[in-house]
Amino acid sequence: MLKAKNKTGLVFFPAFDWAIDPTHPEREERLLYTKDQVFEEGIMDIEGIIEYKPLKVTRNEINRAHFCVPDIESVTTNSHFISAGGAKAIAQKFAQGEIDKGFALVRPPGHHAMRVVHGGRGFCNINIEAVMIEYLRKEYGYRKIAIVDTDCHHGDGTQDVYWHDPDVLFISLHQDGRTLYPGSGFTDELGGPNACGYTLNIPLPPNTSEEGYLYTIENCVLPVLEEFKPDIIVNSAGQDNHYTDPITNMNFTAQGYAKLTTLLNPDIAVLEGGYSIEAALPYVNAGIILAMAGIDYSKVKEPDYSPEKLKESADTMKYIKNVCEKVLAVWDSRNDLKKKIYGNDPIFKTKRNIMYDTDGIYERQFQHITNCDKCGGALKIDSESDRGWKITGIHAPVNVCEKCLLQAEKWYETSNSEINYFHDNKNDRFERKKH
Amino acid sequence: MIIGIDVGGTHTDGVLLSEDEIVKSVKIPTKKDNLYESVITAIDSLIENTDPSKIKRTVLSTTLTTNAVVQKKTSPVAVIVSAGPGIDPEFYKTGDYYCVVKGALDHRGRELASLDEQEIRSISEEIKKNGIKNIALISKFSPRNPSHENQMEKIFSSNFRNIFKGHNVSGHLNFPGRINTTWLNAAVHDSYDNFFRSVNESFIERKIKSPVHILKADGGTMPLSQSVKFPAQTIFSGPAASVMGAIPCADKNTDSIILDIGGTTTDIAVLAKGVPVIAQNGIKIQNIKTLIRAIETRSIGAGGDSFVKVENSKISAGPERKGPAMAFGGEFPTPTDAFVFLGEINDGDFEKAKKGIEEIATPLGISMEEAAEQIIDITAKNIVDAFTEMISDINNKPVYTLHDFLDGYVLNPQSILVLGGPAGVFAKRIEKLSGIKTIPVENFSIANAKGAAMAKPTCTVTLFADTAQKKAYAVSENYEESIPSNYTREDAYAKAKALLYAKAEKMGADMKNIEIETIEDMSFNMIRGYRSSGKNIRITLQVRPGLVSE
Ligand SMILES: [Zn+2]
Ligand SMILES: [Zn+2]
Repeated sequence: MLKAKNKTGLVFFPAFDWAIDPTHPEREERLLYTKDQVFEEGIMDIEGIIEYKPLKVTRNEINRAHFCVPDIESVTTNSHFISAGGAKAIAQKFAQGEIDKGFALVRPPGHHAMRVVHGGRGFCNINIEAVMIEYLRKEYGYRKIAIVDTDCHHGDGTQDVYWHDPDVLFISLHQDGRTLYPGSGFTDELGGPNACGYTLNIPLPPNTSEEGYLYTIENCVLPVLEEFKPDIIVNSAGQDNHYTDPITNMNFTAQGYAKLTTLLNPDIAVLEGGYSIEAALPYVNAGIILAMAGIDYSKVKEPDYSPEKLKESADTMKYIKNVCEKVLAVWDSRNDLKKKIYGNDPIFKTKRNIMYDTDGIYERQFQHITNCDKCGGALKIDSESDRGWKITGIHAPVNVCEKCLLQAEKWYETSNSEINYFHDNKNDRFERKKH
Repeated sequence: MIIGIDVGGTHTDGVLLSEDEIVKSVKIPTKKDNLYESVITAIDSLIENTDPSKIKRTVLSTTLTTNAVVQKKTSPVAVIVSAGPGIDPEFYKTGDYYCVVKGALDHRGRELASLDEQEIRSISEEIKKNGIKNIALISKFSPRNPSHENQMEKIFSSNFRNIFKGHNVSGHLNFPGRINTTWLNAAVHDSYDNFFRSVNESFIERKIKSPVHILKADGGTMPLSQSVKFPAQTIFSGPAASVMGAIPCADKNTDSIILDIGGTTTDIAVLAKGVPVIAQNGIKIQNIKTLIRAIETRSIGAGGDSFVKVENSKISAGPERKGPAMAFGGEFPTPTDAFVFLGEINDGDFEKAKKGIEEIATPLGISMEEAAEQIIDITAKNIVDAFTEMISDINNKPVYTLHDFLDGYVLNPQSILVLGGPAGVFAKRIEKLSGIKTIPVENFSIANAKGAAMAKPTCTVTLFADTAQKKAYAVSENYEESIPSNYTREDAYAKAKALLYAKAEKMGADMKNIEIETIEDMSFNMIRGYRSSGKNIRITLQVRPGLVSE
């Protein structure tokens, strides 16, 4: 009889009655064949694998990660509350010690959703990992978190939410931004002044296959994790690196994803993208679940799987080794980066523009962050969109120091945009005022 | 008139009904090694003075299959599977001969690898040489395409008569469950077939010509003749009979809990507006996953004879039983002794019961009255905790649509029905602890037989249509049809309904009072490259369990 080595929790929420629109890749059908495969395999009946119903997240649990413009209702549907709630359910069972590992197989995804949400970006409205991680930090006191994003697209939303937070290490492996949406995730994107080096981007060339991908995990990601010593490892488990994915150009496989999961050994995995709904997802998901549970997955292969056809070229391998060396060099010098890149102002200011491809919105941001060695810093974001909204969002992270919290409060008192948000994650205080 | 027989572990109960009224009832000890004899003895005493032509229907609930599995008295079975990509099928090894053959289908039933007929032929010869007579054939994804199982059957049929195919078991996707259930049908077939033949002959001898039905685990019936193909479905029909027997006492507009309190265990089931809650995806038997639909039940070690002791200055009761109550000759105190001591049960040896309660009261330094009250409260609390958890588990079952998540039915029991020996004395304690109105069911052992007698036939049909492949299937009905590309969900629903009606009629249902319930009703647009390539439609319908007079 099959038995899981690691007690593994699953939330399977395919949202069979929800789509962005009927022909969109993020549609009802997306996890249909995954459900067929996972259920036909009898995975839910294996001793040590437990299926849970999602929870629903609360508005304040969303507020911990986002400023929703003009409000939560306008940028979400029930599907987002339940998808994030699926990740929350897994986090809760994990934190309570009911399971050794957990996988939230949910949709819609979240890793392109940034701290300010004017609408949908890259099929995402609410960052389900960020909502889950803030829940773990606030309710269960987890301090050091590592997120490894293995979706084929750069996890720019998660990067944005944790850009300033030195307690949250964010590593994204993705197809090179010069060749794929969202066009970011280069090796010089390293995190804000208070968290420089705690965002690491590993852009991989198109056609990267098992050898290159697993090399990167073993030789670049694992050594960094070893040094960071996180309390918990979260995997944003996108599956669009697959060789059959219609919207990307990589050559990864079900066997590759399963081995990646074994190597990375994440505590919690959360499904992100993956749009080869028949040829890849049924096998990749089965492989990931079995790998998490510690069950043999050697026969979980795509029907047309051919390692010879997908063999890594020597050039690709050389390129990948180079990128890994570069990233490791940055990581090793992380303590010197702040001064070198940002200088030593008491408050740092940056400007940037953000595109919302899914909803066709254009946003301009102006950020202030306090220079602090004790915490992630107080953050003020002035944001305006071409939909006409002008907001100021003030965020104090869960680990905020007294001085930075005072600065955040001062900012809020004097801010006079159309809508002004004050989100203090440390005290779970969420206020807003209109002007 | 209707006959209902419930063959239990110790007693066989029988009733003769006329217009819902019990005309005659009988209780005899069950002959464990000859269940057929128990059935016939009960029937003979019921029909002693009755014209056999007046008997319209007989329903039997037997423990035959359960006993065969528990006592491991099953026949040798050869299990042949074809699998393809996924978990290594060697993990599902079962039966006395197990073999994985070439051939594979995918999740839409498309062939990934064909069978090797030569390979199957030589396996068939080898099994024949081994002397195994019953064959189970299962391919992965056979509910999406039964052709590999049918092709294997063709080859095996030259050497074997008793062949069981996975797709006949259920339309539900669960390969290991299908392997186990197909094996189980094959493994209990021989002993069941003997029982079937003997019952059939006896009925002919007694000139009872009306149909004989067998109670299934889901609380519905099927004709005796059909049950030979699916004997596994008769497993756990005893608990099903109890639940069906309690239905007449339940309110049809609210939810209720059914507790069958015995000496050792309490069995819990739930009625949603008078209809038993069913485990649609099958139940586990001795930790083996099957696809046998059954009334959702849970059993806990709490009953009248639960072993009571003092541990860490606290009273505990159960889960084990160490014999009868002291009042009835046992060695250890039990909840029954507490009831006897308090005068709530006027039976047994009061002095011995008192001695038992004293053993508990003395080390705790409390009065005997208080000890007796505590013993009963602790036992009742164990029962209340167990059904509270069961209701919560049912309400927290995973769902896969926003609709089911937001608007799914939530159980909210308004009453508790208690069956079993100590039912009456426990009822008011359970009511006090749970705050839910609790009613003891009288004549419960006769109620079981009556529940069996009045149970209606149940059945399900799963239809799967794939307009891109221009095919519609209901594999367990041997239905397969070419469909046009404009085939709709409505077409599929109508077809599934027609198939269900035909099946129900064959099962002996009263077609005027048939009630259909939709279990699954989904239609997906299959988009390939931003264009629709067709529809993927899944419909599952069932005839719900219920009682004939309703
Ligand atoms: Zn992606
Ligand atoms: Zn600070």
